[in-house]
Amino acid sequence: MQTSSAVNGANYLTYQGKFKGLLGWILSTDHKRIGLLYLYSIAAMFTTGLLLGLAMKFELLAPGKTIMEAQTYNATFTVHGVIMIFMVVVPGLPAVFGNLMMPIMIGAKDVAFPKLNLLSWYLYVAGVILVLTALLAGPGSPDTGWTFYAPYSFKTGTNLLPAIFGAFVLGFSSILTGLNFLVTIHRLRCPGMKWTKLPLFVWTLYGTAWIQLLATPVVGITLVLVALERIFGVGIFDPALGGDPILYQHLFWIYSHPAVYIMILPAMGAISEIIPTFAQKHIFGYKAIIASTMAIAFVGYLVWGHHMFTAGMSGTAQYYFSLLTFIVAIPSAIKVFNWISTLYKGAINIQTPFYWAISFIFVFMVGGLSGLVLGALATDVHVHDTAFVVGHFHYIVFGGTGFGFFAAMHYWFPKIYGRMYDKAWANIGWLVFTIGFLALYTPMFYLGIMGMPRRYYDYLEEFHGGNILSTFGSWVLATGFVIIVANLIRSARKGEPAEMNPWHSKTLEWTVSSPPPVLNFDKEPVLGEDDGPYNYK
Amino acid sequence: MSEEKHHIVPYRLYFIILIALIALTMGSVWITSIEMAEYTVAAALLFAVVKSYLVLTYFMHLKYDKRYIKIMVGFVFAIFLVVIIITFLDYLFR
Amino acid sequence: MEHAHHVEHPDMYDEESSKIGMWLFIFTELLLFGALFVVYAVYRYMNPDAFHLAAEELNRTIGTVNTLILLISSMTIAMSTTALRKGHRKTAITLVVVTFLIGLAFLVNKYFEWGVKFSHGIWPGSEHMLNEMSQGEILFFGLYFVMTGLHALHIVIGMGIMVFAIRGLANGKVKVERPSLLDNCGLYWHLVDLIWIFLFPLFYLIH
Repeated sequence: MQTSSAVNGANYLTYQGKFKGLLGWILSTDHKRIGLLYLYSIAAMFTTGLLLGLAMKFELLAPGKTIMEAQTYNATFTVHGVIMIFMVVVPGLPAVFGNLMMPIMIGAKDVAFPKLNLLSWYLYVAGVILVLTALLAGPGSPDTGWTFYAPYSFKTGTNLLPAIFGAFVLGFSSILTGLNFLVTIHRLRCPGMKWTKLPLFVWTLYGTAWIQLLATPVVGITLVLVALERIFGVGIFDPALGGDPILYQHLFWIYSHPAVYIMILPAMGAISEIIPTFAQKHIFGYKAIIASTMAIAFVGYLVWGHHMFTAGMSGTAQYYFSLLTFIVAIPSAIKVFNWISTLYKGAINIQTPFYWAISFIFVFMVGGLSGLVLGALATDVHVHDTAFVVGHFHYIVFGGTGFGFFAAMHYWFPKIYGRMYDKAWANIGWLVFTIGFLALYTPMFYLGIMGMPRRYYDYLEEFHGGNILSTFGSWVLATGFVIIVANLIRSARKGEPAEMNPWHSKTLEWTVSSPPPVLNFDKEPVLGEDDGPYNYK
Repeated sequence: MSEEKHHIVPYRLYFIILIALIALTMGSVWITSIEMAEYTVAAALLFAVVKSYLVLTYFMHLKYDKRYIKIMVGFVFAIFLVVIIITFLDYLFR
Repeated sequence: MEHAHHVEHPDMYDEESSKIGMWLFIFTELLLFGALFVVYAVYRYMNPDAFHLAAEELNRTIGTVNTLILLISSMTIAMSTTALRKGHRKTAITLVVVTFLIGLAFLVNKYFEWGVKFSHGIWPGSEHMLNEMSQGEILFFGLYFVMTGLHALHIVIGMGIMVFAIRGLANGKVKVERPSLLDNCGLYWHLVDLIWIFLFPLFYLIH
């Protein structure tokens, strides 16, 4: 089958325009190149965050000091969190796969504002550099936790301002991406691509973009207030001056809770593409999944206080947030039912993306169910700020967004690089990674219920066994990660040339060459009445 | 896809809206000079809301734009209101 | 692989896309200031008397004058979009220039207002504030400086965009078929006006 196309044999990878070589990449406004720029930067930041995580797990291998003192541990988990949240899972799928695939999936040549798209990436890089300078220059790395809670965040002597400024810039990058995607999806759909014919991945990017747009400014201004507090002593969150630290928490979580839906919705969207493709069957409940997506995006704004049950809110607020938290779980459950129902009587094609998708459903469910323990007031009091919470959010964010990312990576790999990955090694990598993941995070639920606090570099001897298992799990997981990445890198260079549509999927990106041409389509696609993203026969 | 109509808003209409806005401004200064305890701020905000409506509808052209833009604007204000109300579920009942 | 001809990167310009893009950006600004209004609401609810007391320091006349001139400037920039569509290019430029000058006047007023505060020893972290004022008053002034300061920053940004709009009008790049720079400049300025419409009563009209 054809492996390159259109303009004199140039696809987006090989095309040389006004600028050659590296400049042709870092000055490119082509959404596909920008997607790859994000892929490589995010992969680099994930690796950095992973190393920090491994260092933390190593410290927790035994009680007492193992390799670092408390202050270093505090700095490590702070930077680990800042990197993973702001530089990996929030930009994550939208910045990489949204950029690479979304315009093609809707039949467009590019996003609505290509130059703004490149600016988003520049802001991402600037934000990363700013945060990294916080670690290296001045009085030392921030130690507040990625949540920067007041009043410690304005009292700590560590290097908070560059970190805050970096987070602000990263937020701007996120906002502009969301803005770009919203306009693109509204205005650039090809003829016949009605809202009810949009692939579900695009729908999730749409919902996510609204959250990026409306929630991020809140944390932006909150961080600015902390900065102003440090520089000018304004007093807004300082109890000595009449401020309320709990108000900081409200404002912080008003963004950071919706942020988790930024993380998970596109991952769910990728799964919603993979399941029908590898079952060769129409997705069960297309409209229900859309409705659930928008419901999650909206209701997700209403639950932020469940991060604050023990902070000192009123009883009314506690009851309200707990109730809404249970309600927001429902649309996610609907999605899980729909994915499983799609598999029923499908013609299952067991491939690497399918393995990732199935394990995604499992880890997401475990993470979600553990969230109910946290959402119920009585049980939350017991497990708040313990290892249970750490287990919960790693299951749901690393499990959810992370597994979703790997699933998407393998699914779209042949399209992106025009080559197929080595399937045997990909499956081995998946298996090792998943085993490591389960060993690393499952003990945390037990340890948390038994009373082990989070964010402590030390623990009681009775928690030792669970921690040993967890740390071993981190090594297995890291090994799996190395196998996966090494396979992908090697395959991108030397893999078997891939067909146009190796998975026999029905969405538009599989109708163009692998890799795609520079302007995506030789001729603008037109969707007929009977065309659709999941119209399998 | 281009705009169906390029509606040109007459200068006069903008001027009339300005007069209304000035009147409302003076009205809000007047009404807040009356002692109404906690209702004073509500009155002042009411005037502000009416003024914003005029700015949004006429100066910012929403009246002549496609409906979905108006829906988006309404939605954003709704989200803001919801957030402030929920926050007060904490502070009102402490 | 070298190629004989370059693929032209397509001009993606579309007036409606440009307009929605600007509106979406405005939404982010609304939420940005919105969060500050939440803080104001909470602290005013918790410190009603202190807020009343502190507000006495503010000059209602200057506040009202600033409100009125900002409203006028909103009208002038709105009129400029009409002027462009009627082909009255010079009128459009004049109207934007007038808007710019009013913005400048607003900033001058603000400069004097803040100057008066500073001369009374009122600024964040000042000895006077920490020693003489109650917590509620400190919060009021903290919010006053942050919110009016952030607003003034947006006035400056708006004036910056106006410079680009004037240049575009002058060199013909901004035209009936491609009005977005001027239209969106107007939208941004109206946003700045909208924020002030709420700042004014909340800070100046507490009696």
